[in-house]
Amino acid sequence: MDSLSPLALIPMLAAGLNVDPWIFGFSFVTVAVTIWMGFRSAKTSKTASDFFVAGRSVSVGWNASAISGEYLSAASFMGVAGMVMSSGYDALWYPVCYACGYLFLLLFIAGPLRRFGAYTIPDFAEGRFDSPIFRKIAVCFVLFIGFFYTMPQMKGAGTTLAYIFPGMPYWGGVVLVGAVITLNVALGGMKGITLVQAFQYWAKMFAISVPIFVLMSVYGSYGAHVGVNDGRSGMASPSVAVAGAPSAGATTPSAVATTPDGDVVRKPLSSKAPADQAWVSPFGPLTTKAAKAAGLTDEQAKPYSLLYTYSLIIALVCGTAGLPHILVRFYTNPDGVAAKRTTMWVMILIGIFYVFPPIFGVIGRNLLPELYNATGAKGTDKIVLELPRLLNERGGIWGSILSGITCAGAFAAFMSTFSGLLVSMTGAVAHDVYGRMLKPNATPEQRMRMFKFAAIGIGGVSMLLGAQVEALQINFMVGQAFAIAAASYFPLLFMSVWWRGMTMAGAATGMLGGGLAALACTTVINLSDLKKIDLAGFWAAHPLLRILCEQPAIWTVPLAIGLMIVVSKATRAQVPGDIRMKMLVLHAPEKLGLKQEYIQEHQAGAGH
Amino acid sequence: MSPATPPPSEDLVHSESFLRSLMRRQLQLSIACAAAFLVVLLGLPLANYFYPALMATRVAGFTLSWLLLGILFFPAVWAISWIFIRRSIALEEDEVAQAKASNQR
Repeated sequence: MDSLSPLALIPMLAAGLNVDPWIFGFSFVTVAVTIWMGFRSAKTSKTASDFFVAGRSVSVGWNASAISGEYLSAASFMGVAGMVMSSGYDALWYPVCYACGYLFLLLFIAGPLRRFGAYTIPDFAEGRFDSPIFRKIAVCFVLFIGFFYTMPQMKGAGTTLAYIFPGMPYWGGVVLVGAVITLNVALGGMKGITLVQAFQYWAKMFAISVPIFVLMSVYGSYGAHVGVNDGRSGMASPSVAVAGAPSAGATTPSAVATTPDGDVVRKPLSSKAPADQAWVSPFGPLTTKAAKAAGLTDEQAKPYSLLYTYSLIIALVCGTAGLPHILVRFYTNPDGVAAKRTTMWVMILIGIFYVFPPIFGVIGRNLLPELYNATGAKGTDKIVLELPRLLNERGGIWGSILSGITCAGAFAAFMSTFSGLLVSMTGAVAHDVYGRMLKPNATPEQRMRMFKFAAIGIGGVSMLLGAQVEALQINFMVGQAFAIAAASYFPLLFMSVWWRGMTMAGAATGMLGGGLAALACTTVINLSDLKKIDLAGFWAAHPLLRILCEQPAIWTVPLAIGLMIVVSKATRAQVPGDIRMKMLVLHAPEKLGLKQEYIQEHQAGAGH
Repeated sequence: MSPATPPPSEDLVHSESFLRSLMRRQLQLSIACAAAFLVVLLGLPLANYFYPALMATRVAGFTLSWLLLGILFFPAVWAISWIFIRRSIALEEDEVAQAKASNQR
């Protein structure tokens, strides 16, 4: 598949003759700079330990920027805006919980994990329970979560390229971007270098905020744009002449109406758009979809909607604290206090970022409602890319330039996240599966070769999966990755850090039970939403099951924690002998020097 | 982080009671901050559920609920985390002071 893509690209380029040069230019420069920086920094730091050890000198500000840069994926950059546009208020839970999930990480996990000195969750799993087997179980979830997280990045790539080259099919973009990044990772570029990632954060922040300020100065403020959706259109209010009740079809051609504020001009909504009232209020289309499909009335649907909201909140808040590719970065803090400070700065940096994407969704609803009619790569997920181009209507090329900037930001978003995920998944396969399980006595050359094969294999699978998910929303898919992380890694970390009675058997059972349950649910939902299996009738008959399956965190997280407690109590004899020392290392301030003592005691069993 | 290793004898740092108080104090602080966060986080859907009219009040174009969730939520969380970090650093310094005091005895 990799070798095909350059050939396949030529006719696509030819087909997309009306490529906007500004948009193409900005995107091309971003791709080139990203690849160049990746290779440049790959030269200066050759080994994994270089990356980790050199990173220890990184200051709080740089480290927080780097974590934020790695975290802000296509879901944050494109998906949040698309989902706010399509679903309204309920979608705001995503950006809020993406940012605020870090608080749980800060309160319960960041400091202790850094003190323990584990690079990755598998390292932590092995160190905390002295069990190489458990490490292998933990590795599986790097792959599960990783693949669920790469699918939306691929959708972002396909959507962006289909926007830049109007003739290009969705899968073409997926394959092109996937192949470029996969080859880069396989050839040794694109390592998660702190400075590159930190630069990525500021690039994304610039790309999301500058177009918004320009758009708001031309088309009206955030509040005014939310304000037009006042739901009074159906009540024949004279002051608001929105063209027809949107739910009734809105075919009135006298398109433009103004608000009492007088400064927001709005285009008529299409029949596929949710009505104003449902869109701007809580418990709208996103959370009531299952209950509505079952034919319930608004009032009957509300409790289901509340359940959906809570389950979503749990998935996102707990999931943030269990994302493998984010936790790795905490090792680059010099100590536990710095880890906490970094987390707080991450919350501030991404919190500011997350104010902006919903504004694209809100303005997009008013100014580009035709996106509601399209699906897949042409749907609301591309609002961030398309919206700034409206400024071209006002004359000049500023619209194209700003659209080029948001496209560049989108490239930065899915490229950095995809390469980060690919490196961590490839590392898991090459280091843990091959290097530790299949062939423990492999030579370094064999390992190097295996790393390349694994990168190409995983990249290929990611592209295949990515090409299938055009119909699913970017943000929704990332939410699923969070749900799996919330039910597997979060309970593992939380319980292992705070409960010394935890045994390996308990941790493994809980993580497998909760994680696999979440994985099974999300897979079933995706297959059914992509119409690979037909469950529409079943879901209509059982709306509660649909919600518990679509947002499983509300029962899988307690299930995982419950299993951990029960099984750990049953296997009490297996609690590691030096548990008091382990707990001291996790919780005592570094100034007491307990870590060195612990390492000296463990020198015989050092596995790195 | 001093390279000098304290002897792993039954001094205060290695005692069961030190570990217990360490974990209890840190967990208490974390839980107090988490509770403040959860009241806001889990309370907002409840407010939406039981007081829809109040939450739909318009403030500068936004509904009250939109303003809370889309904008004001972030500074609230920053405030909680700032308080947590200040307290937890103070806690750690206190623990170090305790351990040093007992070593000198």
